[in-house]
Amino acid sequence: MKSLIARGVRSTAPRHPLARAIIHRLLLAVILLWGVSLLIFAAVNALPGDFAAASLGRAATPEAIASIRQSLGLDKPLVTRYLLWMLQIFKGDFGLSWASQQPVSAQLGHRLLNSLWLAGAAALLAIPVALLGGLFAVRYLHRLPDRVITLVSLIILSLPEFLIGYLLIQVLVLHVGVSTFPSTIYDGMSLPDRLSALLLPVLTLAIAVLANMLRSARSALMSVTSTPWMETARLKGLPPLRILWRHAAPNAISPVLTVIAMNLAGLIVGAMIIEVIFVYPGVGQYMVDAVTVRDIPVVQACGLVFAAVYILLNLLVDMLAMAANPRLRFPR
Amino acid sequence: MKSLFSSVSAVTGAFLLILFVFASLAAPWIAPYDARQISGEIWQPMSAAHWLGTDNLGRDLFSRLLSGARLTLSFAFVISVMATLAGTLLSFLAVSVGGAVEGILSRLNDLFMSLPSLIIALVALAVLPQTNSTLIVVLAAIGATRVYRLGYSLASHILATDYMEAAKLAGESHAYRVIREMLPNARFPLLAEWGMQFSASILFISTLSFIGLGIQPPAADWGAIVRENKDGILFGVSAAFYPAIAISLLVIAVNLLVDALSRKLQQQEDQ
Repeated sequence: MKSLIARGVRSTAPRHPLARAIIHRLLLAVILLWGVSLLIFAAVNALPGDFAAASLGRAATPEAIASIRQSLGLDKPLVTRYLLWMLQIFKGDFGLSWASQQPVSAQLGHRLLNSLWLAGAAALLAIPVALLGGLFAVRYLHRLPDRVITLVSLIILSLPEFLIGYLLIQVLVLHVGVSTFPSTIYDGMSLPDRLSALLLPVLTLAIAVLANMLRSARSALMSVTSTPWMETARLKGLPPLRILWRHAAPNAISPVLTVIAMNLAGLIVGAMIIEVIFVYPGVGQYMVDAVTVRDIPVVQACGLVFAAVYILLNLLVDMLAMAANPRLRFPR
Repeated sequence: MKSLFSSVSAVTGAFLLILFVFASLAAPWIAPYDARQISGEIWQPMSAAHWLGTDNLGRDLFSRLLSGARLTLSFAFVISVMATLAGTLLSFLAVSVGGAVEGILSRLNDLFMSLPSLIIALVALAVLPQTNSTLIVVLAAIGATRVYRLGYSLASHILATDYMEAAKLAGESHAYRVIREMLPNARFPLLAEWGMQFSASILFISTLSFIGLGIQPPAADWGAIVRENKDGILFGVSAAFYPAIAISLLVIAVNLLVDALSRKLQQQEDQ
């Protein structure tokens, strides 16, 4: 299939290369999502023991198991069950939580928004710092500032999120008193309260992802500043600001997108852990609680939502990169 | 300047790692108390009787850290070795056999690598029985996907070399070419990857134990000791910080060593 597309691109000059590339990339994302749904469905249905028996726990009499099996549709063949499950999900119905007997979707939407706030704010904080740090490192490449930045990011990379979080609690809550712990968020909260609750988790996540971001920013920017045309711009005596603005910045868009793309996984995983540390009501905390009590419908839903968010964000970044860099529009 | 920096950091890393390994091996002889025995008031500060104070139940924290070191180090070691072996084996198999085997293994690997590792781990831990062997197998499988990607690219490069062609023309068997030609030529990058797997496993297992899904009580690795003592932080008790700092120092040590190794590899390649 790959070679077919490549041949198509080469022989008949495509009229809409961007549209073609976007469709190609969209298809890939759809296939991935489908694969993930299969994977999660398979994992849950390969459960040693029975879904029904597991949901009942100690109250599992044969009659109760039979009636649960029927109400959950477990007596139907596997393929039918998968299709029914997918159909429900497309309707926005993730089933009932075993623990609370409440619909999962009611909790999920709310918490997803909270999680995205956390990850988004942390990214907004960390990305500019990482880029500035990366620029600084590249400007003094292989000299002391660069070595210090590299060493510091290696050290931060080695810290578990909870150590960063607890150090911040120690400083900001116990000594300075600017923030609150735990970071409970609820509707109708006043803005200053909300900000003070968000400060710790956002700052922790930003620091946790900063290390890896610095590393990727450094190598991405290195590839821009070491190009011949940057050399030319410098040699013909252009003012540094003009070089930065007219020559480096437009070409740095795709490295910057690369930095974001390479750190999406870190942001999402980091957010999950940090929600647990700060008792922040996001999807990550929901999922971890559900795994602890083996609330399978919630685990399934959270896993699927996290995977979907991750795949869609990756898709978005790739699309932006294609728009910024024409070379990427031709799939190899 | 450059060599100074890298050698100082490599020596620091090696020193710390040896210290931790020694402490965990000698734990039963160095530990001043039984790690499971209550030996004082709860959350006591540092003192001559309790070097790092006591934990949330009044157990000696230093003794607990020593016994936790054994768990953290041995789990991370086993997981990283299994991940590296499985990833290498499968990737070399895929490249040398080719065809449908390669297609299936690689697509499956793409699927797993398209998801953040913690999510895969959580789904797997939710449905599988809660035992230490589950934990090891799940984390090793996740690590193996990364090793597979590296092994795949190494093996594909090596397959295209003249000496592989020569071995094939000389009539050497399939197994001989993989074991005697491919493996030795990929050993250093794979060694560096094993080191990275080791430090990643330390962080992963500690994080899982911290959120209560890793090693189960009464056994307690460093992540679990942080979890036991985390409520003390709000009262200004620093018991949770010691295991957290121990984890960080261990990971820093391994990362410094890996960094030095891969820089050396880079230099060799440049020459």
